[in-house]
Amino acid sequence: MLAEKHKDKIASIIARYAEKRGALLPLLWLAQEEHGHISEEAMREIAGLLDLTPPQVFETVTFYTMYNRRPVGKHHIQVCRSLMCALVGTETLLGWLKTKLGITTGQTTPDGFFTLSQVECLASCGTGPMMQINDDYYEGLTQEKVNRILDDLKRDGKCALATGPFMWPEPAEKSVNR
Amino acid sequence: MPKYELILLKNMAQASYTGSLGDYERAGGYQALRKVLGTLAPAELTEMVKKSGLRGRGGAGFPTGVKWSFIPKDHPGPRYLVCNADESEPGTFKDRQLMERDPHQMIEGMILAAYAIGVRTAYIYIRGEFVLGAKVLERALADAYRAAYLGANILGKGFALDIYLHRGAGAYICGEETALLESLEGKRGLPRVKPPFPATHGLFQKPTVVNNVETLANLPHIVNRGPEWFASTGNPPKGTGTRVFCLSGHVKRPGNYEVPMGITFREMIFELAGGMRGDKPLKAFIPGGASAAFFTPQHLDVKMYFESVAQAGSMLGSGGVTVMEEGTCMVWAAENLLHFFNHESCGKCTPCREGSAWLLQILRRIDHGKGKMEDLDTLARLCPNIAGRTVCAFGDAEIAPILSTLQYFREEYEAHIREQRCPLRPQPAPELITVGH
Repeated sequence: MLAEKHKDKIASIIARYAEKRGALLPLLWLAQEEHGHISEEAMREIAGLLDLTPPQVFETVTFYTMYNRRPVGKHHIQVCRSLMCALVGTETLLGWLKTKLGITTGQTTPDGFFTLSQVECLASCGTGPMMQINDDYYEGLTQEKVNRILDDLKRDGKCALATGPFMWPEPAEKSVNR
Repeated sequence: MPKYELILLKNMAQASYTGSLGDYERAGGYQALRKVLGTLAPAELTEMVKKSGLRGRGGAGFPTGVKWSFIPKDHPGPRYLVCNADESEPGTFKDRQLMERDPHQMIEGMILAAYAIGVRTAYIYIRGEFVLGAKVLERALADAYRAAYLGANILGKGFALDIYLHRGAGAYICGEETALLESLEGKRGLPRVKPPFPATHGLFQKPTVVNNVETLANLPHIVNRGPEWFASTGNPPKGTGTRVFCLSGHVKRPGNYEVPMGITFREMIFELAGGMRGDKPLKAFIPGGASAAFFTPQHLDVKMYFESVAQAGSMLGSGGVTVMEEGTCMVWAAENLLHFFNHESCGKCTPCREGSAWLLQILRRIDHGKGKMEDLDTLARLCPNIAGRTVCAFGDAEIAPILSTLQYFREEYEAHIREQRCPLRPQPAPELITVGH
């Protein structure tokens, strides 16, 4: 149960909004961070916390693509398919991923490590093709990078190729301040 | 050396700049706030922003100071400021950079805006995918509280402001300001019927201003250097200041470029972004995000500010410029964008919800070599039945790629139908995901 574990956090989130329902998206995030997806049980609990009916929570959850109503793999790979990335190689990137993982989009590898999805624009249009895996962006992908990312994630649970604070083109070494 | 003076990207253009509070202060950060608190009345700050000519950088280009002045002066109870950081327009990735690399610039802008409007509670609505941006902002907000730039008594001047970060959860439409407010209230992100406008009935039905990240980031500079300076830059009187344009597609150097409003697309694409990636000529480009009509090489000398792009038949929108080389299939490009619009239609208005599905099916049929000549008439007939018949501008946006590619590349559509295949791709088009919600 969320309420027992995160009592203070939940109270501080609810206090940010003039109406309790404003806290719905943040509490859904909390549930997803806790369990990897948002179960009906979690929806009922959140409804209770915010004085909503379970259908009010359900209608909100179903509107947003990032809330998983079913468990996904440990690493959820989301490939941008929108035009800007497609112009520079979404299909090629998907090909590498499908070959390496042996699954197609919408599927999870049998070991439960990777789920492969296609999503719409992730605001990384100058550095395509790209993908988001869980919280991290991986940009300007090549086959070598993709292989390393998947290997690192499987072995270490993280990969150093994840993008840091974004700037493109990257700042020049010398000061450009005038 | 960049050709033009950087304003918003100036700090971050130095490799050593981390975006921390200390770095921002050393670069002159929060001086504008110090200058304003205690010396300027809120109404004077609003006048200053009006005088600067600053217009919203999110897409619509509405004058910022005028937007603020719509807030009722004597409204009892709370009023709100919301920073729209739901950057989702395909082709646009500037706000992400502004937030992750120099978060305090935007936060200082928010505090100034809140002071001008008389707001005590503000929210940053950031798209759910920007997890790193949210972490950077959380930390920056905590630092700003510690330094008394936020909280109950800002810089000891008696002004109080709280800023809360609110993450979206994956819905393009939440960039539309009333859908954003619905989402902030914990509901499905369905745009509201206007009027009433957010200025009187916004978040929780209270007076609310929604401003884009880049718009807010401009405010400290307007205060520091004066509205006269800002009003003299760019392409005055209607296109003042700089704009961070996002270059993507088949250019040599894609990325974010801050330039004065009013340079030409030719200069942007062929000088700043280095020209075409391969040796192929430019075939088409989108001047202002996926919702903007396609342009062709004949539009390269159009100036990059709101009115000139509108006069040429498209819009400057969010500042996302996507460049396509010769050999790019325009039917495929339009189909890709319609897949986006079909997926992202919120479903509230029938013309948009059903229309986007029909448009996508027809485009897919043509692209896959199964089109009929009548399909072109159907497309031309469907589009005007969507535009202007929806609650928000999404309906107008989804037809822009179709009508413009039909206008400039009709023979390419006809060739697909005549030859029953894509004349530009050797292989048949790969199967795509099915239409629908």
